[in-house]
Amino acid sequence: MFDAKISETTVTQNDIKIAARKVQVYYGEAHAIKDVSVDILDKTVTAFIGPSGCGKSTFLRCINRMNDTIPICRVEGDILLDGEDIYDKRVDPVNLRARVGMVFQKPNPFPKSIYDNVAYGPRIHGLARTKADLDEIVERALRRGAIWEEVKDRLHQPGTGLSGGQQQRLCIARAVATEPEVLLMDEPCSALDPIATAQVEELIDELRQSYSVVIVTHSMQQAARVSQKTAFFHLGNLVEYGDTEQIFTNPVDPRTESYITGRIG
Amino acid sequence: MSGVPQKRSLLVADSQLTKRNAAESRFKIYGLAAIGAGLFFLVVLLSQIVMNGAPAFFQTQITVPLTLDPAAVAKAEKSMMKTAGYRGMLEEALWNEVERGGIETQLKSPKELREMISAGAPGNLREFALADEGNQGTEVRYTFAASSRVDGYLKGRVTREGSKDDKGIRPEHFDLIDALVAVGVVETRFNLTFITGSDASDVRPEQSGMGQSMLGSLAMMFVVLGVCLPISVAAAIYLEEFAPKNRFTDFIEINISNLAAVPSIVFGILALAAFIQFGGGKLEIEALRASAPLVGGLALSLMTLPTIIIATRAALKAVPLSIREAALGVGASRMQSVLHHVLPLAMPGILTGTIIGLAAALGETAPLLLIGMVAFVQTDIASIGDFFTAPNVGMPAQIYIWAQRADGAWYERAWGGIILLLVFLVAMNAIAIFLRRRFERRW
Repeated sequence: MFDAKISETTVTQNDIKIAARKVQVYYGEAHAIKDVSVDILDKTVTAFIGPSGCGKSTFLRCINRMNDTIPICRVEGDILLDGEDIYDKRVDPVNLRARVGMVFQKPNPFPKSIYDNVAYGPRIHGLARTKADLDEIVERALRRGAIWEEVKDRLHQPGTGLSGGQQQRLCIARAVATEPEVLLMDEPCSALDPIATAQVEELIDELRQSYSVVIVTHSMQQAARVSQKTAFFHLGNLVEYGDTEQIFTNPVDPRTESYITGRIG
Repeated sequence: MSGVPQKRSLLVADSQLTKRNAAESRFKIYGLAAIGAGLFFLVVLLSQIVMNGAPAFFQTQITVPLTLDPAAVAKAEKSMMKTAGYRGMLEEALWNEVERGGIETQLKSPKELREMISAGAPGNLREFALADEGNQGTEVRYTFAASSRVDGYLKGRVTREGSKDDKGIRPEHFDLIDALVAVGVVETRFNLTFITGSDASDVRPEQSGMGQSMLGSLAMMFVVLGVCLPISVAAAIYLEEFAPKNRFTDFIEINISNLAAVPSIVFGILALAAFIQFGGGKLEIEALRASAPLVGGLALSLMTLPTIIIATRAALKAVPLSIREAALGVGASRMQSVLHHVLPLAMPGILTGTIIGLAAALGETAPLLLIGMVAFVQTDIASIGDFFTAPNVGMPAQIYIWAQRADGAWYERAWGGIILLLVFLVAMNAIAIFLRRRFERRW
């Protein structure tokens, strides 16, 4: 009984931004991601859906090598960003993460001023030569994060003093400040109220103009609202991947159908 | 089994609830009793310390008009025991004052006043006489310390009753003291010497002070801080943020925890072997010698390192993972994430751990015993080099030395020393709290 509005935006033929081939992820002995191959398009919102523990977050964190920080985690297979293998020995995760930004489940602004939160990335990557440059980058990022109007008068107050929804938009602004090409979002709205969620979703739709956005979500309505492509994960497998409209109206795999109609998950 | 549970009124407490509430209130009473006992002991301890130690901050002084006769000074300087002549001058001056005031006394000659004058006073008078020629030949109002017996009598430590068998001080002396107090010749004043002075020989408690040992402790604290903070923080950051989890790091971790529980005297003997015998002896490093605060500080550092490492690791662990992820997510390297975000957040905790470690080191006596920092020390500190390498004692060692001496005046000074030690400690804690506030305010 699924009645959310399906995203009406048509999927144009965009370039492939990220190509994953036969990706396996192991946590020690546990096989968390099994043989996942997927092409993620540029300037498109791709939603990863699936029940808890299905591996969608794990796979997302492979794309910017966030799993490197977990000692027992092992990744096999290839993930190509613009044709380059991100797990190549020569790749420094620091460079990769500057190009593949991430927004986390819980808003996690640094306990610093709003300005410093956004300016941190550009600073460490040397994107601004002068103070004026940096001011401009910060303003642009905050505008893209759709939070500029709310914070422009208190840029030097702590980011942790904002409301939950504002904090999450600040985190998005922080992520886009380094001019990434891909934006990964790990359940970005799960800690937000419906109004803040609506604001963030609207923002995601705008971000699609510039980035390839990958969003993990538990809410199927959200996936339907914001994404053009949807991937359904189940027990570590990528069960089905296709246009969002097709996944929600005419799923091929019976497991997908069971999930979106609420029978499993 | 039972059927449908009976419907009970909310207004009537059943037996189980009554029991639970009783248990809860009993538990509260135990807790209150524990806190009450703690407070009681604290009050007893503090009042004991203040009651016993406060008199050390006051010293009975005798003020009389005194004319230094240049001829007498010259004569005293010629004799073997130079200060002996000066003692005569003090006795004479006090005797004159007694006669001038028409104070009746059973004492027959100036010589008999000797018991009332500090053994150190003649030496001070000599310094005064030789410091400036102008001090000789004219009358000055000269103040000198009374003996510890007189001092003790006025503070209630020495009584007529208790001095019956005393060979020196007699009832006649006590009568005279009472009379002199009445005319203001003998009075008890604030004892600055106790705060600024150094140790003094057994018979001159009135000339002793904690100043020297405070400098010793201060020097050791600087060494401990300088050695421990960088090493501990570096070790803790490496272990917590960078080290792989394997047997080797587990082994190191266990050893750090064990080191924190090693008795401090073990560190003392280690310091003796490693710094003094090997460093100072074999390698002939001049600065590493027995009784030097530098060595004392190093010994205490060995003891303090594990404490600060453990506290720093706990502080780092307490920083939420989300902050690290946020930093890594925008492309910070691991070191940037630690230095820019994790470490500043952990700083208050690190400072607290450091101060706890320093406080423990400040109060530590056992290692000092083994490296010769428990000795009679009267050095004057002339330079920064001396500050760290000239023989010295620590405050607890000084207190320990005094507590062993026979005269009741030393006992009083040991308590007084404890007051100063506590003040030192409170001052350190105040600095720590101040720094904590500053760091916390930044966020």
